[in-house]
This record gives sequence, structure tokens and C-alpha cells, in this order.
Amino acid sequence: MTVEEDLVPEVHAEDVPQETFAVIGRVPAGATREEAIDHLRAAARAVRGRDIQMVRAAGLGHIGGEFSVIDILVTLYLDSLNMGPELLGDPDRDRFILSKGHAAAALYTTLAAAGFIDPDDLSTFMQPLSKLNGHPARTKIAAVEASTGPLGHGLPIAVGTAIAGKLDGSGRRTFVVTGDGEMQEGSNWEALMTAGNHGLANLCVIVDRNRLQQGARVEDTNDLEPLPDKLRAFGMEVVELNGHDHGALRDAFANVPAASGKPTAIVAHTMKGHPISFMSDNVAWHHKVPSPEQVEAALIELEQS
Amino acid sequence: MTTTATPALHDCRDAWVDALVELGREDPRIVAVVNDSVGSSKLGPFQQEFPERLINVGIAEQDMVGVGAGLANGGKIPFVSAAACFLTARAMEQIKVDAAYSEHHMVLVGQSPGMAYGELGPTHHSIEDLAWLRTIPNLTVVVPSDPEETRQAVRWAAQHDGPVFLRVSRMGVPDVNPAGYRFVPGKAVTLREGGDVTLIATGTVVSRTLAAADALAEQGIDARVLSMPTISPLDNDAVIAAARETAGIVTVEEALTSGLGGAVAEVVVRHAPAPMRFVGVTGFAPTGDIGWLLDHFGISPEGIAAAATEIVSA
Repeated sequence: MTVEEDLVPEVHAEDVPQETFAVIGRVPAGATREEAIDHLRAAARAVRGRDIQMVRAAGLGHIGGEFSVIDILVTLYLDSLNMGPELLGDPDRDRFILSKGHAAAALYTTLAAAGFIDPDDLSTFMQPLSKLNGHPARTKIAAVEASTGPLGHGLPIAVGTAIAGKLDGSGRRTFVVTGDGEMQEGSNWEALMTAGNHGLANLCVIVDRNRLQQGARVEDTNDLEPLPDKLRAFGMEVVELNGHDHGALRDAFANVPAASGKPTAIVAHTMKGHPISFMSDNVAWHHKVPSPEQVEAALIELEQS
Repeated sequence: MTTTATPALHDCRDAWVDALVELGREDPRIVAVVNDSVGSSKLGPFQQEFPERLINVGIAEQDMVGVGAGLANGGKIPFVSAAACFLTARAMEQIKVDAAYSEHHMVLVGQSPGMAYGELGPTHHSIEDLAWLRTIPNLTVVVPSDPEETRQAVRWAAQHDGPVFLRVSRMGVPDVNPAGYRFVPGKAVTLREGGDVTLIATGTVVSRTLAAADALAEQGIDARVLSMPTISPLDNDAVIAAARETAGIVTVEEALTSGLGGAVAEVVVRHAPAPMRFVGVTGFAPTGDIGWLLDHFGISPEGIAAAATEIVSA
């Protein structure tokens, strides 16, 4: 495995202050439900603040789909996954795969918040020779389980590692996040058939149902509905929830498998660009780069969120 | 009792499955992943002995390669086995990203490649695989020429910490490597010394190339014969030596000539320009059985010898 030298190059946009961002860590053991939710909410706010600055500095990124998935990522890494920097070599660690790899900045920021990567490295996002490539690569970052970017890859890989866990009688679980537009890729439905037929109760598929894809609304492009029924027909136990509700997310993740002998599919209803007023549910923000003024406005909105 | 009968021909899939069963007994991490291809991969004995370690995803090649990568993530050593035409063309992006770019320890086994499916036609031929796969970084491309080389290549791939494409033939081939042969990845095998011209062949057509060298010897032409079991990385040194020490090189393959031929030509042009001829498939095949098709494209002792004669008499 090759890990490229980590450089700290000059950042393009000197007009954006690189906010200090520190490791936040997991929800403390013994925290009450309310304390846990407060911890996750604060972490998600910090992750969004750092993410938008990274995208601004790099001049590239997918801010819309990052803001839709951040609450899911933060809840998994800071609370639900049996996975921490000290467990990276443990074969029984939980697996997480971000199949919508274009939300890389959200993953990197969450990994920094969870202590997997140095927060200072975030300023190298997409810079020459950075290990923070525009799409996550397993050969560059130890915590990345699968290299993703082209859509429809993460779910088959998740099915494979879940089969391996089942063969080994391991108690580990595998979580994978796909975009909803990504579910138009046929490979996902091949993988869902395999997951259902193998009864992979150790697998949880989370669909980031933000209802927007790159160019238009999903329903105006190649509609997925009735998505929950389709997932049920493929053998999933389906849970629907608000993908920005940390309490609902952690309850659902704790409850995986939601039914014995079946994979769990969570349809997480989200908004692209959430919770920023001028980005939310706006197709223009799929990979738009915010201006310095927009970054400032978004940071103020985040403070008040 | 003496005999001059033609040598016995072998289906290399038998050696492949024997080696895999043997590995399966030695290492519980060995698993097979197939696309309803148990029969065409001759994996029956493996399935019988290790039923839970044979994962059949059905007719779903993208899923098959992705599942293989996931099994590697989960600590298994997956052999993903399917007809070469479907494995490579249908799942090319998974081969590129999930296997090669991800540097997963997984083995992609392309069964019945080239024109092995003969009369079934170009939809089922895999003549493009060598040209496609040799251009993918990190992917080792191995094309065994006989059962013993197949067996050793399977065992080597099981312990090589990286992605491998292994091209396993069903077309009957004789044993072409000498007794005591050791497969060394990335190395050419000199099957016949010679100083006039060099024939570089891979896989199923090595025996036809040796027959061509016999025919050339009758004409007084001393042909060197190299078997090239690894297409990527290529044995550049052997190619450069052949280009410098003989009048030129003929490449021979059961594939488009942009496979082995293209790979050798890149080295020759860069390091030791020399005359070359390319014997291989030059387009989608007409209807015909494999033997007829090989002759049709001139991948025959006569065709190979004629190409060599062109170089020597130029």
C-alpha cells in the first residue's frame, strides 16, 4: 500500500480564514441521550463550517451533497460505529463505506473530528500530492475502507465485506451510504439482490435521500419511487427517518439489524445544502463554490443553527 | 514401445481448479466469486468441498467484482472467476477502481479467453482483454501457456499482495514448459535458443509458435522462442535483448495484436528499434471453430513462420 507524502501547500484563497478545527471525539461514554445529541449537533455544526471553508479554498467540491450527508457521517463516526483510530487494524471493527465519494470533504472533516486524520491536513484538500484527493482513496487514508468516486461501487463492496464478516462469524457491522441519484446505477440493484438473498443482517444501506442529483431533481430525471417498496422487494427491512435528526439516526443505527436475518435499508430524508438558507434544496449547489461573502453568511447561519 | 503420436492436450481449467482446491485446503481465506459460472469455471470440486466459500452472485458482473473487493477488505483472498469476455468488458470500471486503483489483493480469473468460444461468435470472444488490461496501472496480467504454468500462477497470485488478472484457457494445449519449470512473474521463458529472429508468444499459441520454429529450422533459420506469461509488467530486458541480438521480433497471441504485440512494440520503439511483425487477431472473427479461426487469422505455424521469414529476408 502506498501512502503519498503529505504536503502542506499554499492555500489558494487567502481571503478565507482557515478556522482552527480540532479533534472533537466520540460521544463520551455514559452520556445521556440529550447529551449525546448535543454533542453530535455541535460536531456537525463544526464539520459543516470547516467543510465550506475547504471547498472555498480548493475552489472545488460538492457542498450540496456534503451538507446533506454530514449528520449521518457525524452520528456514525462519533457515536454508532465500533470503529476508532485504535481499531484500524482490528478485523472485527465495523466498516463504513461512503459510496457517494464526491462528498469527500465531508468525510475528511468527519474523520478529522473523530481523530483519524490530523485536522491540519484538511487545509491540503485537493492540493498537489495531498492524501485528501477529490474522492476518497483507501491507499491514501487508512480509515477509508473503499476507494469511491464513480457511482455504484460502494454498495457491492459493502456486500462483499459483509459476506466476509458473516463467513467469519464476526459481530461487526457494515454501513454504506449511497446518494439517491446514485441508486440509478444498476450495480446497486445487483448488490441489493445479493444482500437480500444472503440475508446479510450485518449490512446497513443508508440512502441519502436529498432528492436532487447533479443536473435536476431525481424525480424529474429517472424517478426512484416507490423507493421503500423497491428496497423491501429486494429483501431489505426499511426504516425511514429525517437524516438531519441525530437522535433518530443514532436510534436507527443502534437498532441494526432492524429485523433478524435481513439487511437494513435506511432511507434518510435530507436536504442538499442543509441548513443554509440559500443552498438548501437548491440544485445549483451540487458543486458550486461559495464566494467569500457566501462563506461568511453560511458561517453566521451555522452559528445560529 | 515408441510413439510419434501428437502430444496430449490439456484444458488448463483443470489445473486451475486443482490448484484452487489445494489452496482452499491450506488457507481458509481463499474464496471464489462467480457469476453463475461454476460450470464454465470448472469450479464444481471447489464448490463441493467448500460450499460456503463459493459466492455466486448470479449474472451480475459489476456486483461480482465489487463483492470480490469487499471480501478482500474483509480479510479474504478472492478469486473472481468468469468468462473473460463478461468479466473484463462488463466490469471494467470495477476492475480499474475496486481492484487496481484500490490495490486490493484479489485475483480476476478470465476463463475461456481469446476465441475459445469459437462458433458462439465475437460477443463471447475476449480478444480485447490483453490490450485493455495491460494499460491499467497496478494490475499484473498473467497468461499461462500450459497446465503446470497455470497451477503455479494460481498459487503465486494467492500470495501476491495486489490485484492480478489471470487468463485461463479451455482450448486444449500441450505441455510446453520444460520439466522442473518455475514460473517467475514478469519474466520471459526461453523455450528455444536462436540468433536469427525471435518469436515471442503468450498463452494458448506457444505450441503453434514452437512448431513454427521447427519449420523455420528446416529452412535454415534459427529462431529464438520466448514464452511471455506476464504481459504486465513486461520483461523489458528479454525484449531488448531479442531486438538487439536477432534480426527482429514476431509477436504471437490469441488476442488483438495490441495486447502482447503492442506491449512489446512499445519497448522496442523506446529502447531498441528493430523490425517487428504482429501475429494475432485483427478484427471481429467470422463464424468458425477455434482451430479454424486461429488458422484464419494466420495464427498457425505457417503464418508465424511466414512473418519471421519476412523479417529475416528483408
